[in-house]
Amino acid sequence: MKFLSEYRDPVLAKEYLKEIEKTVTQKWSIMEVCGGQTHTLVKNGIIDMLPKEVEMIHGPGCPVCVTPLHLIDKAIYLALEKSVILCSFGDMLRVPGSEKSLLEAKAEGGDIRILYSPLEAVTIAEQNPDKEVVFFAVGFETTAPANALSVLHAYRKKLKNYSILASHVLVPPAIENVMEDPDSNIHGFLAAGHVCTIMGNFEYYPLVEKYNVPIVVTGFEPLDVLQGILMVVKQLEEGKAEVENQYSRIVREEGNEEAQKVIFEVFEVTDRLWRGMEVIPMSGYKVKEKYKEFDAALKYDVQIEEAEENQDCIAGEIMKGIKKPFECPEFGKKCKPTNPLGAPMVSSEGACAAYFHYSGLIET
Amino acid sequence: MCLAIPGKIESIELQYDGRVRMAKVLFGGIVKEASLEMLPDADIGDYVLVHVGVAISKVDEEEAKKTFKYIKEIGELGDLVDTEDYLPKDVPPEKK
Ligand code: SF4
Repeated sequence: MKFLSEYRDPVLAKEYLKEIEKTVTQKWSIMEVCGGQTHTLVKNGIIDMLPKEVEMIHGPGCPVCVTPLHLIDKAIYLALEKSVILCSFGDMLRVPGSEKSLLEAKAEGGDIRILYSPLEAVTIAEQNPDKEVVFFAVGFETTAPANALSVLHAYRKKLKNYSILASHVLVPPAIENVMEDPDSNIHGFLAAGHVCTIMGNFEYYPLVEKYNVPIVVTGFEPLDVLQGILMVVKQLEEGKAEVENQYSRIVREEGNEEAQKVIFEVFEVTDRLWRGMEVIPMSGYKVKEKYKEFDAALKYDVQIEEAEENQDCIAGEIMKGIKKPFECPEFGKKCKPTNPLGAPMVSSEGACAAYFHYSGLIET
Repeated sequence: MCLAIPGKIESIELQYDGRVRMAKVLFGGIVKEASLEMLPDADIGDYVLVHVGVAISKVDEEEAKKTFKYIKEIGELGDLVDTEDYLPKDVPPEKK
């Protein structure tokens, strides 16, 4: 238990672990949807401390990892061929497109800027009236209010040179997709706390009913994750399938209604292609008709086809939880964070990066 | 990039003809601007969770401090600083 001393409360962590051990009587597979929770599990050694009956399966909750190749290619095209100022979160920089990454495009002279917030991109647009500014708006529900707000800010300022390339994905359809997949065998879920801070819990009730699986809304710190796992295991052992909220100190049942208002002012739900997976119906946001002048997908109508993934990369199976990173033949060999073959090796939420840095499998 | 980081509201300024509240939020030693549009009742001195420039939830002070400490420990404050220098490394942050 080498990492326990780092916890907020090591005694409580030990108690949760003991309680999980006491409760569990049979094998359960539990998926943590959120990549931040994957990192917590691997980094803090929780994976190794859990009783062998409890297997954690890592889910598709890394927005950077599931952003489809054609959108990365399009962002690069806009920066290099259309000379736009292409802004994005830092995590996107090294993610491989079909030929190159944004970082390589930057080295080739593309004006690519890494920002903390999409709102900063609006300021850049204001300061550069003779240039087009595009924000590469990736993210789950947590990030949607900020991206939507950037559109509203540009609209209020009557800017004509700002647009977003939206690659928004949603958690509940991803859970549904996992449950419908005949290859996956998940008994319960940890849902992502910060997503529910925005959206609330009500989207999960139909899912527990339809698939008879417990879903526990869980925070991202070690104690949160341990308690979330305990809550799922308890439900499973008692034959229950309910929505529970481990993260009630932050997440309210109804979420943040002001944030939801902003999201649905700007976005509407649409089908979306998840990199390595497939088109999942009604699983993302696109910009509404009313704000179409801020939609880079319409503003720059270039057709870029979805390319083939690098043949050696099994990211699709990783994202669906079918395989673990160390089962990939290139893990830590050809594929490293500085030379990634696939997206999960780059992002701070990617499962391959988590195992590379923290699992002890790679000697550094 | 999915984490929300807790900070303390230092000051509030009205923008867009007085319609939009933007705050200066203090994260440890770093000050960043954040929109308060999703938190109409947040005020100076409150602790808020901020995600990519938007405050999404109020938190109490103790919770804010513990969470901030954890995020700092795991090396995830990078989103706030030196974004231009962002590059993934082949070693974990604490082994730098
Ligand atoms: S280790 Fe690299 S090549 Fe293997 S699945 Fe992960 S990202 Fe792809």
